Amino acid sequence: MNDLTPYTTIIGLEVHVQLSTRSKLFCRCENRYGAEPNTLTCPVCAGLPGALPVMNRKAYELSVRAALGLHCEIPLFTKWDRKNYFYADLPKGFQTSQFDLPLSQHGYLDISDPKGKFSDKRIGIIRAHLEEDAGKSLHDEVARKADSRIDLNRCGTPLLEIVSEPDLRSPEEAGRYLSELKLLLEYLEVSDCNMQEGSLRVDANINLHLRVDGEFKATPIVEVKNMNSFRAVQRALAYEASRQYDQWQESGRCLGDPGVTKETRGWDDDAGVSRSQRSKEESSDYRYFPEPDLPPVVITEAEVATHRLALGELPAALRTRLVQEYQLPEVDVDVLVNQGRALVEYFLLLAGAINDGKIASNWIQQDVMRYLSEAGVTIDDYPVTADQLGDLIANVLAKKLSTSRGREVLAQMVSAGETLEAAMQSLGIVEVDSAATEQLCRELLEANPKVVADIKEGKIKAVGALVGQAKQQNPNVQPQEVRDLCLRLAGEM
Amino acid sequence: MAIVDYTATELLERMDSRELTSREITAAYLAQIERYHGEVNALVRWDAEDAMRTAEAIDARREGGEPVGVLAGVPVVVKDNLCTSDHVTSCASKMLANYLSPYDATVIKRLKAADAVILGKGNMDEFAMGASTETSAFGPTHNPWKLGYIPGGSSGGSAAAVASAMAPLSLGSDTGGSIRQPSAHCGVVGLKPTYGRVSRYGLIAFGSSLDCIGPMGRTAEDVARVMSVLAGRDPRDATSIAGPVPRYEESCREPLDGVRLGVIDEQFGEGIDDEVADKVQTAIRQFEALGATVHHISLPHIRYAIAAYYIIAPSEASSNLARFDGAHYGYRAKDISNDEKDGPLVAMYRKTRQEGFGEEVKRRIMLGTYSLSAGYYDAYYLRALKIRRLIAQDFADAYKTVDFLIGPVTPTPAFEIGEKMEDPLAMYLGDSYTVGANLAGLPALSLPCGLTTAGLPVAVQLQGPALSEEGLLQLACAFQQESDWHLSRPELIKPKDQNG
Amino acid sequence: MTLSEADVRKVAALARINLSDEDALRLTTQLGDVLRYIEQLAEVDIEGVDPMAHAIEQVNVLADDTVEPSQPRDVMLGNAPRRDEECYRVPPVLGD
Ligand SMILES: [Mg+2]
Ligand SMILES: [Zn+2]
Repeated sequence: MNDLTPYTTIIGLEVHVQLSTRSKLFCRCENRYGAEPNTLTCPVCAGLPGALPVMNRKAYELSVRAALGLHCEIPLFTKWDRKNYFYADLPKGFQTSQFDLPLSQHGYLDISDPKGKFSDKRIGIIRAHLEEDAGKSLHDEVARKADSRIDLNRCGTPLLEIVSEPDLRSPEEAGRYLSELKLLLEYLEVSDCNMQEGSLRVDANINLHLRVDGEFKATPIVEVKNMNSFRAVQRALAYEASRQYDQWQESGRCLGDPGVTKETRGWDDDAGVSRSQRSKEESSDYRYFPEPDLPPVVITEAEVATHRLALGELPAALRTRLVQEYQLPEVDVDVLVNQGRALVEYFLLLAGAINDGKIASNWIQQDVMRYLSEAGVTIDDYPVTADQLGDLIANVLAKKLSTSRGREVLAQMVSAGETLEAAMQSLGIVEVDSAATEQLCRELLEANPKVVADIKEGKIKAVGALVGQAKQQNPNVQPQEVRDLCLRLAGEM
Repeated sequence: MAIVDYTATELLERMDSRELTSREITAAYLAQIERYHGEVNALVRWDAEDAMRTAEAIDARREGGEPVGVLAGVPVVVKDNLCTSDHVTSCASKMLANYLSPYDATVIKRLKAADAVILGKGNMDEFAMGASTETSAFGPTHNPWKLGYIPGGSSGGSAAAVASAMAPLSLGSDTGGSIRQPSAHCGVVGLKPTYGRVSRYGLIAFGSSLDCIGPMGRTAEDVARVMSVLAGRDPRDATSIAGPVPRYEESCREPLDGVRLGVIDEQFGEGIDDEVADKVQTAIRQFEALGATVHHISLPHIRYAIAAYYIIAPSEASSNLARFDGAHYGYRAKDISNDEKDGPLVAMYRKTRQEGFGEEVKRRIMLGTYSLSAGYYDAYYLRALKIRRLIAQDFADAYKTVDFLIGPVTPTPAFEIGEKMEDPLAMYLGDSYTVGANLAGLPALSLPCGLTTAGLPVAVQLQGPALSEEGLLQLACAFQQESDWHLSRPELIKPKDQNG
Repeated sequence: MTLSEADVRKVAALARINLSDEDALRLTTQLGDVLRYIEQLAEVDIEGVDPMAHAIEQVNVLADDTVEPSQPRDVMLGNAPRRDEECYRVPPVLGD
């Protein structure tokens, strides 16, 4: 609750991420997006009579890895359960999931906003569990009476469901939680987290806490679905919060009132509204029971420790280290780390090559990242290696190139795929020796007695005109060198 | 002796010595099927041409000196809940009347690899739910010993096929007694293996944590031969058991030595038919004569087995049978009304399942759905799982003092067709002596041990600890060497013309 | 605990099975009988007993993450009550 809103927004997120295994969770069909409908199925994933599941070891291991990245406890015994419900894209009539003994629980994810919109915060993770994905129903939007078409390719894709505590207090916090979660899972290489391809999906539970005449009130919890981007999640939550407030003012209905059930609403991003989805009367009776076809999995403390050791450096720790080791501002570190592990590795190489983190960070943020975003590629596809860029920056630092000339050289290296030397040659950059520079300065001083007089009077700024003229006459001169030389020679005159 | 009077072991010997061909053998059994199908209805479908082609191919290979499998040329009937890629697999249900499985069950693959000749599909209770083979969508199977009587179930077709000499061997499945009870009622040997000893991959699931596939035949030795082919870990069934598989047909001939048999006192109490009790007691004395010692054993929780079973099995079934909803395969109801409040898809599900399933299947789905539903789970399902452990513990305790348990398979001999159809509970109580082995996952065998005055078979049940199939078969084999119940045949198929 | 016809109808809705009035009546009696029999489980002392969900209790039966060919689409769609070239077809999820 603050001055702007008379309520506190309470948000918990359920995130489903597809795990990057080669094959599906219970069969050996390929786990791949974008294939022709129904070409990646078999008796097991299509739920044919008599077929049985066998758990993919890699899917379990990736789940444990992700859970450890989220600081979860890993119980030494876990099992799977059947969640029974009927749906056309669920060919077995149940989803094999985890109910009372998930493979991980009680974790957290720290979020912070370097721009200071909210203070640092620890978001609790209730649990992360491993389950199978369903297929897809392709509804005919034009004629609602027509058949639905069913594609079962996605059936049996391994999903990690990550359930947060209702610790989020604003759409901004939810957005930051999601981007931090996505980043973590990418660092851990457990999922590609591609939202367009549905490998990361978000459902949000949201309600409002209010205080009316000193009395605590809570609005009914609503589950919001169908949000296809992090931006859509934030828009939907903002919309839902104000919608709930309006509705509460109108109806006064509270959580726990007779007849109040959990409502599911679908977000329509184009229209910018959420709409109530048909609620099934018995929708919550999933009749969970232990999956008889799958033996449970046990893990030892030693195995958990091995998984923990193999996690590598994760975003939060990396940020702290970069701030400490390179004296970079938090905002800059945030930008670098959020680009993913590959870009951070590029940064580390570059900073090492030129022995300066700040300069490396500037070049990456100003030049490299701009190119990446304009070209729509990742650092893996960037044509200039960290070593090559390091050589270029070394030339700039040695004042052999001006910064702006250096940028032109880098652009040439990127666009033409040229080496540093070739790019400099293409741009006609040759080193001007000091004798030639001195000769040029003398000529300019003699041709501009007014400037010399100004300098002698202490109007140092006047030298700028000479630097400009020098660059016009020979673009390869070092502006700094020209400036220094002119000032010295004018003093001697 | 006619071809159909030989045991599978004898048939294999005669094919080895070139006295008989698989072609002749297969033709003889097919003729038997044609002759008695109308009266017994043991098979839901068979393909004579296909079977003859297979038999001829095996003959040719044997003739050419090529290696052949251990069941080469022997006909086998398989229960219709085992998926076969070459013919319809229907589970005796309207729901799957035209269903073509794209794959073979692991046991079918193993039979084929052993060069068995699969004759056709055995009739059964719909989705294996029943104890009488009366709930089949293709009509009831009749007991070859007395046609007005049930053959037992759910593997009634597989048992009746062997009893009426339509096949020397068959496969059944046993979730609560469905191999042993029809074997008892039809006077054949039936083995329910340890849970997981035989892969369930391709067995259309009923109660997944209870289902076992097993062999049926006239002698323990025949059954042992099939068991050697079926047993072993399957990477496609995560619940299957790893470890070496014995040559059961060799070990079953070893002499008995100092075997301790436990008689379950609870199974000779209320509800048991006098004649059944008498025949079983006689059999126990015969085992004593063979050198076994007999001890009295109590299983304190076994009286709760039926109640626990009729929660666990229907619960699992309600989930396993959810997939039969008309969406992706199988029956789909026509003329779906569009005005139901839940929309046309749900309307399609409801009508399809109303029309596609028979009464007993719907009853069990309802029972299981209820047991698992919100508010009842703890009182029913979870409690049943705990009592299941107590029952398993009773068995484990018993096997600390005895090697095997002995008792009846069923409380009564076969009853008349139609007698219990309107009283499900009475039907369920028929499984009283068999469900314990399923709940505990342990092996058990039904062994013919007499005929009632009405001419209906009676059997003794041998039960053992996990993976004790060798011992059970050895006991049965020893018994059969000293008795000849397994040689007697129903009047129906006795040659009438010659001896008339 | 007695089973009412309303209970039976609720369970039928969960199980997606249409019931005629006659079915509902008969099932109420038959399932009621069975449930009354099952009531005897309440007398067993289950204090401290772990549930037994599997007949033979194994753990860690896992498969390697290798890819094998899927089934041809025409084979998989071959049993579909209704289909097109690519997909299964079912009545629309929602009516109008
Ligand atoms: Mg989920
Ligand atoms: Zn598959």
